[in-house]
Amino acid sequence: MMGRLPIAKMLAATVALTAVISAVMLPISWNGQQASTAAAKIDTLLDVMIVISAFVFALVVVVLIYALWKFKAKPGDESDGEPIHGNTRLEVAWTLIPTIIVLFGAGYSWSVLNDIEEPTKDPLTVDVFSQQYAWSFGYPGKGNAYSQGELHVPLDRQVHFKMHSLDVIHSFWVPEWRIKKDNVPGITTTAIVTPDKAGAYQLICTELCGFGHAAMRAKVVVEPPAEFRRWVAGLKQKVPPPYMETIRQNTETDPIPLGAGGA
Amino acid sequence: MTAAIKRPGWVRGALGMVLAAAFGFGLVVALRAISGLPIFQTEQTGYPHVVVPLVTGPLGFLAGFGCFDYWLRWAAGMPTIPDDHSQHGAKSWRDYFRFNTDHKVIGIQYICTNFFFFFVSGLLAMLIRAELAQPGTQIVDAATFNGLFSTHAAIMIFVFIVPIFAGIANYVLPLMIGAPDMAFPRLNALSFWMLPIAGLMFIGSFLVPGGAFDAGWTGYAPLSTGAPLGQSFFNLGVQFAGASSIATALNFLVTIITMRAPGMTFWRMPLLVWANLSTSLLVVAATPFIAGAQFMVLFDRLLGTQFFQFAGGGDVISYQHIFWFYSHPAVYIMLLPGFGIISEVISTHARKPIFGYRLMALALIGIVVLSYSVWAHHMFVAGMFSWLRVPMMITTLLIAVPTGIKIFSWLGTLYFGKIHTYSTAMLFSLAFIVTFTVGGISGVMLGMVPLDIHVSDTYFIVAHIHFVLFGGSVFTIFAGIYHWFPKMTGRMYDEKLGRVHFWGTVVGTWGTFLPMHWVGMDGMPRRVADYAEQFGNWNLLISVFAFMLGAVQLVFLYNMIVSWRFGPRAGSNPWRANSIEWQVSSPPPIFNFDEIPRVVGGPYEFGVPGARHAIMAGDGAEVAKPDPTVVGQA
Repeated sequence: MMGRLPIAKMLAATVALTAVISAVMLPISWNGQQASTAAAKIDTLLDVMIVISAFVFALVVVVLIYALWKFKAKPGDESDGEPIHGNTRLEVAWTLIPTIIVLFGAGYSWSVLNDIEEPTKDPLTVDVFSQQYAWSFGYPGKGNAYSQGELHVPLDRQVHFKMHSLDVIHSFWVPEWRIKKDNVPGITTTAIVTPDKAGAYQLICTELCGFGHAAMRAKVVVEPPAEFRRWVAGLKQKVPPPYMETIRQNTETDPIPLGAGGA
Repeated sequence: MTAAIKRPGWVRGALGMVLAAAFGFGLVVALRAISGLPIFQTEQTGYPHVVVPLVTGPLGFLAGFGCFDYWLRWAAGMPTIPDDHSQHGAKSWRDYFRFNTDHKVIGIQYICTNFFFFFVSGLLAMLIRAELAQPGTQIVDAATFNGLFSTHAAIMIFVFIVPIFAGIANYVLPLMIGAPDMAFPRLNALSFWMLPIAGLMFIGSFLVPGGAFDAGWTGYAPLSTGAPLGQSFFNLGVQFAGASSIATALNFLVTIITMRAPGMTFWRMPLLVWANLSTSLLVVAATPFIAGAQFMVLFDRLLGTQFFQFAGGGDVISYQHIFWFYSHPAVYIMLLPGFGIISEVISTHARKPIFGYRLMALALIGIVVLSYSVWAHHMFVAGMFSWLRVPMMITTLLIAVPTGIKIFSWLGTLYFGKIHTYSTAMLFSLAFIVTFTVGGISGVMLGMVPLDIHVSDTYFIVAHIHFVLFGGSVFTIFAGIYHWFPKMTGRMYDEKLGRVHFWGTVVGTWGTFLPMHWVGMDGMPRRVADYAEQFGNWNLLISVFAFMLGAVQLVFLYNMIVSWRFGPRAGSNPWRANSIEWQVSSPPPIFNFDEIPRVVGGPYEFGVPGARHAIMAGDGAEVAKPDPTVVGQA
């Protein structure tokens, strides 16, 4: 039965379509600018997934179009198709091969995850405070210096963001860093980022938090360490006492920083 | 007038609603007065004098309308009104507005009600797209916008997609397994009448102080526990929709297990029956979780409990665990029945047996089992224990395997067949395969933690969910409606208009939801009334396609209404299908079968010489004498 199908031709068409889709899609930087060490790794994972997905999509489309072209009934033809009930070898194949592909994807993702959350020796810790509808930041290593609506971090140094919400859930997202983490009232959550490109970015709230959600943004500046030190030294305010109290009261769900691999 | 009050129906229903609501209101007022509290508590999370009547009123309506008459009379020792079958069948359109225990009438009641809500919610979507056509705020303010997308999703999910599959199966499934009706006809009717209540509560929330519920259909605490009164309407609407869903699922389970015609073994059941069996297993076990979650939110709002109040020792993230423990399986509740529909349509129109029938059935069961182990993939960035992410990623990716089996088996069914594409149902089934594949692929990407961290809560999610629920569920719903329209109405629909609707819907779906992937990856978060200038052109394009997608649904509406009234008469089996529902007249007789059919083979034996699925009454000497006791023992 299989012998009657142009398997080689269909496979060639699938590969060709995969190549075309990949050639169109791979040059585009879908996720935008890269500005952290995680970004390139995540984007590479995306590219690998684009090729695999293009193959699956191409396979379905080619097989479907060929079937419609080859097995379409002539007008007035009321006869039935061939009574084929299945093919065990084929069914085993399309159970096992996808299983292998997704397990490969899971393993690859796991390794990327471990990679991007690997803590370094000398991270900078920054407290993030979110509330309807504003962001503010504390620098515990710098005498709890405090800034509102503007986050500065040094270039090429790992930052551990400790997230605290004062009311509802917010979410911390800088698209160029590819990192996102919810700020949950009552607990302290952690995100690890190593910014590797100087510049100004936007911090976006991505968890619905009320009518001001769309406007809940903050400015993010990544700058060389010396400039960062100057900027922090210039901050006049300290983290307000109620905020310090929030930090003290919050429990930390993840005492060991993230790390799917553990520490 | 007195007669109208005594007789079950709208008058008594309205009276029951008013009395019961007044009772609830009086109860709150009296208890508060006795306790020395201010009579009315109008903090935004309060309003007990509104919320309590919102529970009692609908129950009073259901009682007045006649949903409990038989049981109440029996419980009270009164003579029950003997079931003289006067409640069966519909002789005029008015009969569809009555309490009716006929599964075919209930099926049509479901479908029409669900489509009413589909169009209401579609209008909300049009408003959303109108607002998003340009950056800035033009049509609605941000608070109203939050209400729009929250109600859009709640209505589409709870009173359109989930129940319409119950509606289609209500009509078709008993016929398919050779049963005269569902196992519990009165429960079946009660299930239906709880639905419009849920839908009207969702819509009604627009009228209350503070506006419609606006914490998203996900209603995450503590945004929901502190939200205005409208949120309580969501909490309670979900209870009615959920109770309806659970009762129907129990009904399907008992019907499928006990009422199959003689000879209908499990391995001879059409895949639609398998699909509804699997879906019902999901509903009975998972739906109580969302009911519980919404009750806990309601209690936090109203009774001062502290389930999700961090200040009182509650745990914010546990809401999400309980919510998604239902709401991820819910995605499969919204897909598996559609898989069943696609199997019926493709096999019939390709004139060929389903490829790998047993593996198809087992894949459904595999999805049921796996779907309970993937919920936390919605929470990769939620701040839960981080170790939970990797195991949930693996199960999430594995669930793509049984889903892939289904796609490949449908394609295998087409090969060496005689594919007919004249039916709009078949067109939607073929388009479903391609569109749903895209939704599945983006789902696998979302299952990968590092990718999900970036695109979580962006427009990529909106794109994915619409490819799955529109390109997936809604396409299968259209396929099902077109496929069984002749059976349900006894008329043929217009295939030319069907094609207009089909192509408009396919182009509209891809044009609307494909670019959403891109703007999401590029930095546009979801659930925002306003966005950065850079996404302006894409959003305008998305809105234009969305309006087209919306407009072309009117063609469908016109086609259905006009064809139901004036369409050419349909024969009993216009698609030359094998399953039992096509062997009876269109529409089927009031009690489905003069004699219960006897099943002698599989449902998809196209092309097998001499094969039969069922022997119907009058088919020949082989027919066994009808024995009513056999029903229910099969």
